[in-house]
Amino acid sequence: MSFDASSARGDLILTRITKEYGDFKAVDDLSLTIPKGSFFALLGPSGCGKTTTLRMIAGLEEPTVGSIHLGETDITTTKPYQRPINTVFQNYALFPHLTIFENIAFGLRRRGIKDVDAEVNKVLNLVELPHLAGRKPTQLSGGQQQRIALARAIVNKPALLLLDEPLGALDLKLRRQMQIELKWIQKEVGLTFVHVTHDQEEAMTMADTIAVMNEGQIEQMGSPADLYDNPETAFVANFLGQSNLIKGTITGNDGDSLVVDLYGQKISVPKNRSHAVDNSMYAGIRPEKFRISLLDTPVSGNVLTGGRIEDVSYIGVSTQYQVEMPWGQELMVFEQNDDGVAPFNKGDAVNISWAPVFTFALRGDEDVTAGSEVTPEDLDEE
Amino acid sequence: MSKKIADATAPRISPVVKFQRWFGRNLIRVYMFLAFTYLFIPVAYTFAFSFNDSGKSNLVWKGFTLDNWKNPCGAPEVCNALANSIKIGFLATLFSTILGTMIAFAIGRHNFKGRSTSNLLIFLPMATPEIVLGASLLSLFLVFKINPGFWPTVIAHVMFCISFVVVTVKARIASLDPRLEQAAMDLYANEIQTFRRVTLPLVAPGIAGAALLAFSLSFDDFIITNFNSGTVITFPKFVYTAAARGIPAQANVIGSGMFFLALAIVIAGQILNRRKAR
Repeated sequence: MSFDASSARGDLILTRITKEYGDFKAVDDLSLTIPKGSFFALLGPSGCGKTTTLRMIAGLEEPTVGSIHLGETDITTTKPYQRPINTVFQNYALFPHLTIFENIAFGLRRRGIKDVDAEVNKVLNLVELPHLAGRKPTQLSGGQQQRIALARAIVNKPALLLLDEPLGALDLKLRRQMQIELKWIQKEVGLTFVHVTHDQEEAMTMADTIAVMNEGQIEQMGSPADLYDNPETAFVANFLGQSNLIKGTITGNDGDSLVVDLYGQKISVPKNRSHAVDNSMYAGIRPEKFRISLLDTPVSGNVLTGGRIEDVSYIGVSTQYQVEMPWGQELMVFEQNDDGVAPFNKGDAVNISWAPVFTFALRGDEDVTAGSEVTPEDLDEE
Repeated sequence: MSKKIADATAPRISPVVKFQRWFGRNLIRVYMFLAFTYLFIPVAYTFAFSFNDSGKSNLVWKGFTLDNWKNPCGAPEVCNALANSIKIGFLATLFSTILGTMIAFAIGRHNFKGRSTSNLLIFLPMATPEIVLGASLLSLFLVFKINPGFWPTVIAHVMFCISFVVVTVKARIASLDPRLEQAAMDLYANEIQTFRRVTLPLVAPGIAGAALLAFSLSFDDFIITNFNSGTVITFPKFVYTAAARGIPAQANVIGSGMFFLALAIVIAGQILNRRKAR
């Protein structure tokens, strides 16, 4: 049975979706609600199932198990052309035999919209390319094609706009610019955007809410700040930015904090940032939250003593230090260069300190390397 | 300017070295010239002898005339044969292009049991010697009590053209990005609209190329036609028969005409493509 769902509006609700290809589960029992009007990012490494999820939302794949609702309407088995959902494809997929104008008008004409000219011109102005209406896609630069692909989708005012790695083919500078522009356009047109990417920076720049996917499941979902400051798993801690994860044991309570023993040194961790299930845990601290001080400088907060600077790299806005701790682990520290010179030298004996609120705690049985060996830059498309 | 200065200060170069350098730089041009000469001498010969004031046999140059071009149907039966060839070619092209395109889509786009076998079998008629095909088709027609003639020839031509159409169109389909069709569906085009608005226009150049190929294969086929056409005279059959007693210059006129027509179609296609790309 198929019916017209094109007037459906509301939140997008995925309920217990599984997609199998033979023995391989691309998406594994995934449930997700994407609120109307939000800019939502599905973030994860290659093969995590994010593109498959997007294709199921678009109607290009059917889930093996589970249902997809748009508001009250069940769209699980409807055809792509019956859904009020449009996609900006990874390589844009502009029709090479049609002019830019006709590319953008394609969806309007299929739906029998009356005022095609006005609508197309309006959206061409929105993406600031009105002078290209008569050209063919091959005569446009990558950045221009990207904007036309976006225009071709949003001109239909869909309930949901899907973006499949939309900026992957652009160079870094253009990508930055388009990130800002996309976010602006989303606010301007007020549509729900669902953005699939493996680039954590891109996701953090644009999205209100990020769902980090790994092996067909959602690892964690939240605002960019939530995910960054309070990751629940080692995968999230490592995939989004970098983390220092130090093995420890929870030894007691102190009001809203836990007392934690890291190789004989006591620190405190806020209870609401602890995801440990028993006494064994990993304490996690982002490199830029650490402060380095010489042994005789008084410090407050959490302190780890006995460090020795192993390596200093000056990279302009900050200096990155590798500090070897007494238990053999090297910690990463990023210090802002706001006092003119790099004050510490290789071989200096130092303390490391940080504000206790910046500590998060992960389960002690986590694989501390999860998510860190996949560097987003050298990932290909799925 | 800088070249002059370089010449003035450069040591003298022997003519042999100079020639070697010139030859090295222009080797590809020399080769190209020779290759094209080889390819086009027969065409040029045919064209030149279409102006021969030949009388009965067009083997020796006897003087220039425009009479043959003014009256291409002057030789007995030549235009009748040409008309038959065009009719057969048109029908064979029409049917083989439609059927072949459908097969190409089936093989190129769908997974079905026996797909790779069909893919292989499609090549067989191309690999089979024409003489065998022609003879066995004739005996097949006779078994079914069908006399050789116009329609058996059309059927035979459709049969051997289909393979070429399939191969040509399939190549075009293979180069088609499936995401374009997905994008069309995403933009509210149903299956039929997607095919008509996106798939077909993008595959069209391949289909057009296949049709041209089918027509030219059918037009100049002699072997299979000779077995199956009975009393129907096609242009190649006419030329072959005429060769015994001397080919009339009108055959050269028609041959040259076909060549220039084909050339015009190719050039027009190129211009159209360039316009489209612009």
